[in-house]
This record gives sequence, C-alpha cells and structure tokens, in this order.
Amino acid sequence: MNCDKEAVKLMHQHLDGDLTKEEEMQLKIHLEGCDSCQKHFHELKRSITLLKSVEQVKAPENFTKDIMQKLPTEKKQVKYMRWFKMHPIISAAAIFFILMFSGLFTAWEQDSQLTVSKQEGLIIEGDTVIVPEGVTVKDDLVVKNGNLKIDGTVEGDVTLINGEIIDEKETTIDGEVLLASAGDINGEFKEVDQLFDWILYHLNNFFKSIFSWSE
Amino acid sequence: MDLIIRDKIKQVKKGDQTAYEDVVMFFQDKIFQHCYRMLGNKHEAEDIAQEAFIRAYVNIHSYDENRKFSTWLYRIATNLTIDRIRKRKPDYYLDAEVKGTDGLDMYSQLATNDRLPEEEVQGMELQNQIESEILSLPPKYRSIIMLRYLEEFSLQEISDILDIPLGTVKTRIHRGREALRKKLRHV
Repeated sequence: MNCDKEAVKLMHQHLDGDLTKEEEMQLKIHLEGCDSCQKHFHELKRSITLLKSVEQVKAPENFTKDIMQKLPTEKKQVKYMRWFKMHPIISAAAIFFILMFSGLFTAWEQDSQLTVSKQEGLIIEGDTVIVPEGVTVKDDLVVKNGNLKIDGTVEGDVTLINGEIIDEKETTIDGEVLLASAGDINGEFKEVDQLFDWILYHLNNFFKSIFSWSE
Repeated sequence: MDLIIRDKIKQVKKGDQTAYEDVVMFFQDKIFQHCYRMLGNKHEAEDIAQEAFIRAYVNIHSYDENRKFSTWLYRIATNLTIDRIRKRKPDYYLDAEVKGTDGLDMYSQLATNDRLPEEEVQGMELQNQIESEILSLPPKYRSIIMLRYLEEFSLQEISDILDIPLGTVKTRIHRGREALRKKLRHV
C-alpha cells in the first residue's frame, strides 16, 4: 500500500466513518506494519482531541437582551399585509363587503333628486307629488326624495322614500299619518326614510325579483 | 428541543417577538462561540453574532420550516463571519499610513528584534496555543473543522449549512485535518 496516498486517504475516510469493514481491515493491517503511518494516524487523532479540548466560550451577559432591543419593531402595515396573505378568503370577503357597501352609499347619495314612478294624472308641485281628487292610480306608486299628497285613490302599493305624506286636513296625530283621512290607498303603504331601511328595501326588492324569476 | 424551537419559530412567524427571545437564549452561546472561533476576537464576535440573530429575525419568513432551524442560523452566522474576514483584510496593508503618525507606514509597526513567532507560541498556555493554531487555518477549512469537532454537526449538515456539496466538505475536512495535524504536531 502506498503510504502517502492510499493509507492517508483511508485514515481520513476512517475518521469520517466512511470505511467498509474490509477497508478498515486493510488500514489496520497497514498501520501495524508501517511506523510512519502509525505516527501520522496518531497525530491526526491527537490534533482532534486537542481541538476538542479548547474551552467553551459563553455569550456575554445581556447578549439576548441587547438583541431584543435592537430588533426592528414591525410596521403595522407589514403586519396587516401578512395577515391578509395568511387569510385569503377572509380578505376576499372583506374586500367584497367594502365594495358592496361603498356602492350602496354612493347610490344613496346620488339619489337626492325627486323621482316619481310614471303614472298618468299626477301633479308635481316643487317637491310634492299630488294625486288629485278623482284620479285613480292603478299601479304601484313610488316617490323618492319628495312628499306625497293623496287626494284621489291609489290602487297599487305606495312607497315613499325620504319624504313625508302630506295630509291637507291636518289630521296627523303625534306624527303618525292617518291614512284614512287622506285619499285611499288600496294596496300596501311603505315609508322609507333611513339608510338602513333603504338598504333593507333594496334587499327586499332583490329577493322579490329572484323569487318572481323562479316562479 | 427541536420541537420546542420549531414551535417558537412558528410563533415568531406570526409576529410574536417575545417568542424569539427564547430562541436567542437557546442558541446564543453556540452562535457566539462559532463567531468567536471564526474571528478570534470577542468584540467582533459579539457584533457578528448579534447581527446574525437580527438578520434571522428580519428574514424569518424566508426560513423553510422543513429544514433545521439551527442549520439555517449557522449559515447566516458563517456567511457574516466570512464577509467580515474579507472586509478587514484591507486594514492590514503594510503600505497604509498609520493614522496620526504623520507619514509612518505599517512597516514601522512590525516588530523586528522581538521573539520569533515560534518562541511566542511556546510562551503561551496550551489552550491559547491551540486557539491561535485554529485561527491560523484558512477560513474555508476553519469553518468546517469547527462545525464538525466543536459544534458536532454531521458532514451532511455541514454541507447544508455551507451550501456546498458533500464531496467538497469531505475534501476540505481532510485538508483541514492535515493542516491542523502539521500545526499541532509539536504541541
């Protein structure tokens, strides 16, 4: 066996635990017969033992504390961004709701003009819609952002958004409207003047339209 | 212990900074020691070890939980020490003027008639002698020898830490051991 190349290589492989049983035997036999290799092998092992004998050093006092003080405080933005990344479904739902409500709000604010559903025989005076005496409205009546005065008859439903019903004969008691003293409404009467009601009203219409579709 | 560390890292990832304190506590001596053996100077070692922990914290989201945290942390620390060793070389140019000496260069700082380095070594205690011999190994051997014999990582783990192939680790550890053998032969 060549001492410098093969034997030394085997020694290192032995130290790394990479030798097969056969190779271990080869090395052992060679070492028994070769003084210089035996010395080499001994020096290698001894240097490792010496190496391992060096004193363990410890981190200075307050090492951890110092680090904790130096850590960057997380920006809130980063925190939120990470949270969104970790909860994609909730984020998507949140964005959906934000868009939906902002849509509703803008629709609410744009709707400040007086609008009346098209019916014949109605009179509009300023922001008041009048159903004159002797006129019969056959369909549903919707008034937005205006007051309604009924002297005649409405056969369908009446919906009043952001407005009041005006009764000429002043038979309003405690703010409640006595419909009987006004003209006749044969259908349902609905008054919507709050944002929440307005939303409910829209949702209601939405579901009604769905059901009428399915029918 | 690995499980506890894994748990703590998960908390850190969720933004719990205090959980990181336990992680630092657990690794502080090991990482400090590693930096110290690589750099041979306690002040520098403290600097670099701190930097390593801070970098690990800042980049915690790039840590792959399927791998060992210690491997990842050692890699950061090792890279930082090697960077530091590279950067400090220019400080030792012999032609550089020594600050505040009005024209004296580094040659003037060399001791001439004092004891020879060998004699110097003989005067040291065994411990110091071994330590200085370790420090005189080239950094690429030193890091491997340290990781293998002082921190007791397997060769495979060392290959992961240093991001070099297992074969290269083996070649380097062979050469490192030979270099160390020659240095420590007469101790």
